[in-house]
Amino acid sequence: MIRVLHRWPGLLAFALLVVLSLSGAALSVFPVAERITAPQAESGLTVATLVDRIHATYPGVEQIRRAPSGRITAYWFDQGTPGAAVIDPATGQGVVSADPNQLHRWLTNLHRSLFLGDGGRIAMALAAAAMLILALSGAALVARRVGGWKHWFAPLRGPLAGRLHVEIARIAVIGLTLSSVTALWMTASTFDLLPDDGATPAFPTEVSGEMGVALGQLALLVETPVTDLRELSFPYPDDATDVFTLKTDQGTGYLDQGTGALLTWADLGGWDRLSETIYMLHTGQGAATLGLVLGLMALGVPALAATGVLTWLAGRRGRPRIWGNQSAVRAETVLLVGSEGGSTWGFAATLHAALTQAGQSVHVASMSAFAPHRYTGAKRIIVLAATYGDGGAPASAKGFLDRLPAADSAPAAPLAVLGFGDRSFPAYCGFAKSVAAAAEAKGWPEFLPLDTINRQSPQDFARWGRALGQAMGIELELSHQPVHPVTQALTLISRRDYGAEVQAPTAILRFALPRSTLWQRLTGASFARFDAGDLINILPEGSTVPRSYSLASSRRDGFIEIVVKKHPGGLASTQLTALKPGQTVTAFLRRNPGFKPGRGRAPLILIGAGTGIGPLAGFVRGNARRRPIHLFFGMRRPDSDFLYDQEMPAWQDEGRLTRLVTAVSRGNRPEYVQDALRGDKAQAAQLIHNGARVMVCGGRGMATGVADALTEILAPSGLTPAVLKAEGRYVEDVY
Amino acid sequence: MKSLLATLALTTALTVPGYAMARPVTLTTTLNNYGGDGAYLALYVTDTSGAYVGSLWMAGSKSKYYKHLTDWYRATGGDTAQVDGITGASVGAGRSLEITLDLADALFDAGYTLHVDAAVEDMRDSPNEIAVPLTIEGASTLVRGRRYIASFAYDM
Repeated sequence: MIRVLHRWPGLLAFALLVVLSLSGAALSVFPVAERITAPQAESGLTVATLVDRIHATYPGVEQIRRAPSGRITAYWFDQGTPGAAVIDPATGQGVVSADPNQLHRWLTNLHRSLFLGDGGRIAMALAAAAMLILALSGAALVARRVGGWKHWFAPLRGPLAGRLHVEIARIAVIGLTLSSVTALWMTASTFDLLPDDGATPAFPTEVSGEMGVALGQLALLVETPVTDLRELSFPYPDDATDVFTLKTDQGTGYLDQGTGALLTWADLGGWDRLSETIYMLHTGQGAATLGLVLGLMALGVPALAATGVLTWLAGRRGRPRIWGNQSAVRAETVLLVGSEGGSTWGFAATLHAALTQAGQSVHVASMSAFAPHRYTGAKRIIVLAATYGDGGAPASAKGFLDRLPAADSAPAAPLAVLGFGDRSFPAYCGFAKSVAAAAEAKGWPEFLPLDTINRQSPQDFARWGRALGQAMGIELELSHQPVHPVTQALTLISRRDYGAEVQAPTAILRFALPRSTLWQRLTGASFARFDAGDLINILPEGSTVPRSYSLASSRRDGFIEIVVKKHPGGLASTQLTALKPGQTVTAFLRRNPGFKPGRGRAPLILIGAGTGIGPLAGFVRGNARRRPIHLFFGMRRPDSDFLYDQEMPAWQDEGRLTRLVTAVSRGNRPEYVQDALRGDKAQAAQLIHNGARVMVCGGRGMATGVADALTEILAPSGLTPAVLKAEGRYVEDVY
Repeated sequence: MKSLLATLALTTALTVPGYAMARPVTLTTTLNNYGGDGAYLALYVTDTSGAYVGSLWMAGSKSKYYKHLTDWYRATGGDTAQVDGITGASVGAGRSLEITLDLADALFDAGYTLHVDAAVEDMRDSPNEIAVPLTIEGASTLVRGRRYIASFAYDM
């Protein structure tokens, strides 16, 4: 619901919001410029003195105004010709023309009405309302995404557009909320929808009838400091019934032009003061610095609009069409999907297609549409559930966990839950686990135990599919491609072999960069842009299910490098480790923004074993800025599978690698990489305490061991790996 | 429509004997290029003693800005009922406002004065831009305003 509230106002008001924000940002400069250029009155200057000075220069003065910036303008008539100037209060003389700035006028009219009069004002007010809705719903979405308001500034992961969107929004949201609320107020005020105190006092019915009081004898002008002045109007020449009109920060009054006495006075009302404050907050007139800050925040809007639309398009692309969806009442198999960004829908579509092909009648719906009473023909219910943030329900599963316990009874058809998640997050598949637990509590029978898919792994999904097929008594081969990638043929240019002596044949494979089209280079698609830690998906011959490998190089290195260990019976690893220079493989790129060293100078602690060294070596090789890197590397035997043994000394000499700690598992003193970490307890704890970022790459067993070791190491300081993960300072790439 | 309403507005303030005798009068106000946004104009009539009699036209629809038409505002206390039904759009710089009203004969050659107050956003207020006595003889005579009005005339 919140997402819908965020999406549609954003898309509909896109163009208007860009115009509003750019013109607003440009306008925010004017109050500052005026504040800087306007000659300011010396402290203690009274209105009487100022008026005397101006009157001496311009005897025909009619009106004197003071803007909140301190700029004083005088208007006069000289022999029937009107004149106006910005006045230097020290001399009473004009310094510059008082004509309104034409650019400012043009921008103002664009900003508030698109030059379209009242219709334009209403359109712009609607855009401001859209901005307010966007700001509030966006704030709620950010809070949900980072797992609560108190994590407002928590580091983010995910695709660049979405991350940029949130990064800009969580700073700009304050200013955008303020600007849109004040804009709506000002529009309401313009259209007379708000009460008006009418601070103008009744015009005096009786005046002295005399004229020509000396300006110095107007007591109120002598008492009023210039800083309080807003406007002073002189009586018409030769009209004895007219008066002086004085407006100050306190109110408005009339003064007799014969006696100088105050005839009537009206204080500024509460509504007027409120309206003035709101005007100031919106325009920055009288609060120039605030105005400039708001203007800067407004500059975020075009970027927010662009990244927002990109995120929306990516989500739309990610959600495939389901062909031949059966009705809920008739279907034998009901698929319920809890998806946030849309990728889980892709898996659901693959499963739906495979089951349909196997002769099943299948109904797919979002988990939010859970309607157990309708599943009359169902023999089984399958829940495919992603997780949002810290174990929360993803967008299409909202309300499921409220509706299930509230149902009279659990559906008779048994359940299988498949969770989708990322192991590097603390609440891995947290929502799927909640669903499974709620189902168990409700007494819902289960026909497959809870299973999980890490990082949209097609292998995990295919494996689960075989288990599902077995349980259903059918042959089920799920070949899922998370996106519809453009594959490219990569040519091997060199290989270095390790580990044969320790029965772990491993190769560092280096492929030539494929040629990129101009469009790919512009959009950074395919291999036109990649970094170490991104994933390369290899399609082995004879299979449509790709296998992921972490990249050990970035585009800048000029080649594509991976580390592959041959697994007995492994299709892809066997083919890859048998590859000869000049031969090709079919591959496509998948970004892995969650596993990047990130910017900044904080030290890195890289921990890896076996082929897990690949991306870590890539980080070290790319460390041109000489960020401190401490690498813990686990191998079997230094003379056999010490991957990158030739490069390591050079990297250390060049300062790319601060320290290398190796752990050797076969030999006189066998130890694993987590043991090496324990042996380095004091320094590791110190580094982490000082803000170091931990990156782990390797097998699941090693990752668990490292997490345990870190728990021990960090215990005295009160930190845990879970806390580090939540702060984005502990990331894993585990396979 | 315009003329009918204008006549009604005037009759509420004016009980001129022989009111039934009326004639169409065209008021033409041409603004100079003062380099600002659209001007608010108030056209109204005062009697021999200078007392407000009634309004003929208000160019500008947002009553919150009427206080800048200083004299008109003083005379009416900002009472928008004075211009109900005789309110139009503000007039852009360099543009003309032409309105035709049925004005009672009794208004002419009887000491009444027609005033125009003008105001422009972020520029000076200009009350009493125009003050012309309403006479048969003075019809079609061009009058210059003080700040914003290049020329004003009434024709019948």
